Parts: sequence; C-alpha cells; structure tokens
Amino acid sequence: MSKELIRLRDLTMEFDGERILDGINLYFNDHEFLTLLGPSGCGKTTTLRIIGGFLTPTSGTVTFDGKVINDVPPYQRQINTVFQRYALFPHLDVYDNIAFGLKVAKLPKDEIDRRVHEMLEIVSLKGYENRRIDNLSGGQQQRVAIARALVNQPKVLLLDEPLAALDLRLRKDMQNELKRIQQATGITFIYVTHDQEEALSMSDTVVVMDKGRIQQIGRPEDIYNEPKNAFVADFIGESNILDGTMLSDYKVRFFGRNFDCVDKGFAPNEPVDVVIRPEDIDIVPPLEGHLVGTVTSVTFKGLNYDIIVDFRGFKWLIQTTDFHGVGTTIGIRLNPEDIHIMHKSEYSGMFGDYSSYSAEYDELTEDAGDEEE
Amino acid sequence: MKKNNALLLSTPYIVFMVIFTLIPLGVVAYYALTDPATGAFTLENVKNLGMYMPVLWQSILYSLVSAFICLLLGYPVAYFIAHQSATAQKILYMLVMLPMCMSFLLRTLAWVGLLQDTGIINDILETIGIGRLQLIRTPAAVVLGMVYNYLPYMILPLYSTIVKIDHRLIEAAEDLGCNSVQVFSKVVLPLSVPGILSGITMVFVPAVSTFYISQKLGGTDTVLIGDVIERQFKQGNNPNLGAALSLVLMLLVFVCTGIMNRFGADDEEGGVIA
Repeated sequence: MSKELIRLRDLTMEFDGERILDGINLYFNDHEFLTLLGPSGCGKTTTLRIIGGFLTPTSGTVTFDGKVINDVPPYQRQINTVFQRYALFPHLDVYDNIAFGLKVAKLPKDEIDRRVHEMLEIVSLKGYENRRIDNLSGGQQQRVAIARALVNQPKVLLLDEPLAALDLRLRKDMQNELKRIQQATGITFIYVTHDQEEALSMSDTVVVMDKGRIQQIGRPEDIYNEPKNAFVADFIGESNILDGTMLSDYKVRFFGRNFDCVDKGFAPNEPVDVVIRPEDIDIVPPLEGHLVGTVTSVTFKGLNYDIIVDFRGFKWLIQTTDFHGVGTTIGIRLNPEDIHIMHKSEYSGMFGDYSSYSAEYDELTEDAGDEEE
Repeated sequence: MKKNNALLLSTPYIVFMVIFTLIPLGVVAYYALTDPATGAFTLENVKNLGMYMPVLWQSILYSLVSAFICLLLGYPVAYFIAHQSATAQKILYMLVMLPMCMSFLLRTLAWVGLLQDTGIINDILETIGIGRLQLIRTPAAVVLGMVYNYLPYMILPLYSTIVKIDHRLIEAAEDLGCNSVQVFSKVVLPLSVPGILSGITMVFVPAVSTFYISQKLGGTDTVLIGDVIERQFKQGNNPNLGAALSLVLMLLVFVCTGIMNRFGADDEEGGVIA
C-alpha cells in the first residue's frame, strides 16, 4: 500500500489523573480513509485532537512524515479539521469562511477566488457565496465546513463526527459524498464516529476503540467477520456470543454439542467465546436442527424479522425473512463458516446474550445522540 | 391569555413611566419652546443654543476619549475574566461591580481628596522631591473621573460577549493557520464587536450628560453641557434654555445609540443593551 504518513507511538493521555488514552500505537497511510470507531468516552475524539494539535499527549509521540510533531502548534500542521457541529465563523459569509485559511496564508486574491469557487462546486454550494452562516441548513453548514478545511489542500483531513447532527437521509447522502471527495482528492481522511454502519461503509481501515485502548484494527470486512473479542463482536453489528471450549483445531464444543468450525491455533480444551451472527443462522424443522429452541419474541424490521429464540435459557437473536410466531419450536443448523471463535477477554460474558433484547436497543438509540468531548 | 397576563403585570411600570418620564418629557419640550416671561410659543431658546455648541462638542470629545480609554483598559480585563474558571469568573465579576456599590458622589469626592493641590498624591510627590503638580482642575482629571466611574459599564458587556464566544471557533482559526495574534484579530475581535459597541454606548451616554465630575475635578475651562444645563435651572434661572439644551442632548444620545445599534445590527449575539 502507500507510504506511512502519521504514526502514534505509545500514546497516553490523562485528565485529572483519569486515563483517557492507554498506550495507543497506530499508523496512518497516505491517501487512506481511516475511521476511529467506538462508543462515547472511548478516546477516539481525544486521539483526533492530539493529531490536530489541540491536545498534547501525557506521554508518547506523534510523528508526521517522520518528524515528531508533539509540540508543533495546530496552525503549523499540514492538517485541517472538520469540527463537531462545524464551528463555522458566524461573522463571515460562506465565501469568507471557505477563504479563511487561504487569506491567512496570504495567497494572491485571484488564486483564492479560483480555489473557493472550485470548492463551492465540489460541495455543490454554487451561488451560496454571500449567504450568512445562520441562513444555511445543517447539511449546507456541514458542506461549508468540509470546503473550508479541504480548500487548504491539507495532507490530512480530520473529521470529528461530522454527520452526527444530520438526519438519517442526509447522513447517507453525505457519506457517499465524503467518500467521493476523499477518492477524488486523495487526501488522507481520519474519521471519528460512533456509528458502526458509517464506519464500515466508508473506510479503508477501521480502528475499534474502547476504554482508551485499541481493540482491533482491520479492513471493514475483517472487523465484521473476524472480531477479536466480545466487545468488537457486539459493537459491530449484532452477535450471539456463547461460552465454548476449543477441543482441537477446527472442533469446538458448546451447548453440549460438538461443532465443526474453520478456526485453529487455540490450545487444546481452551475456553473460548463463540460468535454467531444472527443473519448466518439457518432455521430448519426441529428434527433436523443441531439445536432446538422456542421463539419468545418477534420484531418486524422491514427487511427481516428479528426473532429471539430461547435455547436452554440462553436467548439468541436470529434474523430471518420467514415468519415464525411466538411459541413456535424451531431447529437451527450452523455451518462451520458461521461459527467464529475468539480468545477469552476482559469483555467475555458482558455481551452477546439477548435476554434483555429490547432494553439493549433503547440504550443504543440513546447513545446515538451523545457527543463525546 | 398569556399575553394579557404579561400586560397586566407590566402595568405598574408602564403607569410609572408615563407619569414620571413621558409627562415630564412633555414638560421639558414645553419649556424649551416657550418664552420665559410670557409663556408664548417661541424658537428663541433653541436659537440661543449656538453659543453653547463649543461646550457640547467638548462634552462629546471628553466622553468619547473616556469611552475609548475605558475600552483599552476594559477589554483585556474582560478577556481575562472570561477565560477563568466558572468560580473565578463570578468572583472577578463581583469585584468589577464593587465600585458601583459605593455612592457615585463619594467616589468622585475621593478623587478630589487624592488630586487636590494639598492632596495625598501631591504630598507624596513633594516628599520624593518632584514637587507639587497641577492635577485637579485639568481636562485629564475630568477624563480620569469619567473613566474611573464608568469603567464597569464597559467591562460587563464586553465580558458577557467574550465569554459567549465558542471556543471551537478559536480552534478552527488555529486549525486554518492563525497564530495567536491572527486568532485575535480575525475571530475574537470581530466577534467582540457587539460588546464593544454596547460598552461604548454605556460609557458615552452617562459621561456626555454628567455635571458632577466636571464640577468637582475640572476647572473653569472644562465646563460640560451637563454643567450648563444644571446652571440654567439652579443659578441662571432660565429653565426654558435649560430645557432646550436638555432636548438637544437627548437627541444626541438617541442619534449615538441609533448609530451604535446600526453597527451592531448584523451581530445580534451578545451585548447587554441592544
């Protein structure tokens, strides 16, 4: 792949004795779209602010193009930021907001003019030059914020939950727009979000964070298909996570039954977490099933039904396009590639049981509105 | 229903305003436009104002200079307070207000005690060998009195404007290449304009009509329009001329605040008065 641009080495950050970042090691390649993904308070925004120069890490180094930039102030970094809720200058119109960085850099007037108009075209805001900021919609403000940062042709663009304040429809449009702009300009994007779907659909690389530590780094497909621990499995998509024992390579035992799987490299009889994605489970008549359970709740989701099935007191989430009413007894079959094995971690036992299914959904919607400081 | 309740509750003040402000204003206008002896309508009083124009200009000049000095002194203070912790902000705010808890007359008299020829400052100057200086009865003393008395009126609106400036705007400016001087000149100062305008207004308006400060700290050449008006009513025994002068002064204040509001109209946020 392309060359390394930024590297974070053993980064820690403490506020008032509280550890916000705990040994972050991470590198960013040129032209890459990398997303820092995690729940509120996981340290993703802090990481971004350190890269932007707004915070100085308690220990560790930030290198940019091979040089340590810990003490370089923000205005001397070849990095621009799209701030949470935009932070547009209310005393300037659209044109002057976008031209701000170029004017500070004292570029010739005709070049400023050319680049601002170019940028207005890219973000589809032609004709809005003289609009006041407070006369713009959220989506338009968002695009001004992106234009204001991009017009400086930075090496790296930092985006701090830039779409969080937009409604769902607009958010989808802007996701495509951002991806398109990133590919057209080749600028490295470092994107912070708590929205896993956004992270998966836009990024080249996803970094999953929690409690100030990196939980997993990988391509979106890898993160989804091969989660490293129960936290990642639960945070990215839906997962049933069960206790199991790895008997030998390609053999796992859970729910009192042996299954074939595609994982290897575990110690014999090592206790493991078994992840089964709700959409991978095949429903079959009870007699043909590996396991037999009873449906306890059904939720219509549009594309599919979310059904909760009780297997010996452990509740699974299964997604199916066929309707199975509450009280129905069903069987399920698991193919080897549907079963994913993870080492035990500090997160084991915390996630993956759908006994309190509805409550968990409520929590997720609450979280979505949160803003991380 | 809600609207009616609000009207009902504000009735006492409205009645008060009519009896003690609007009607007296009418009386002032009546005096200004009538002859002292006959009580007949005349423009004589207004025509006679010409001779007081130099005094009026002097008042405007002194007040503007004072407002400007207040701005220079007050802005850093307001900026400093706005960037302290919440508790420190409250304490500092109180400290700025503190002089206003003392009588205005007393504060001005205290300066007389300090500045007069046999006052404390001159005593000290003599002791250290510089000798006594003419401090009181100078234009500088009048401006000093104005600045001292009205500085809080500058600091408070400035503070309330600066404290509301979103810190992320400052970060955004840094992000876009501004060093700290540029952050100030391109973002903080423009966003402080509403506070600056209302601060200037709040210093200028009371300063331009004051008479006590100039009487106590000024000399014969620092007579202000407020002094002239007071004299017409008390010694000159020509309330009609005094009323005419008052009207002109009021008009001036209206024009000034009007101009200020016009400048500030674009930036509706912040500021104590609008």
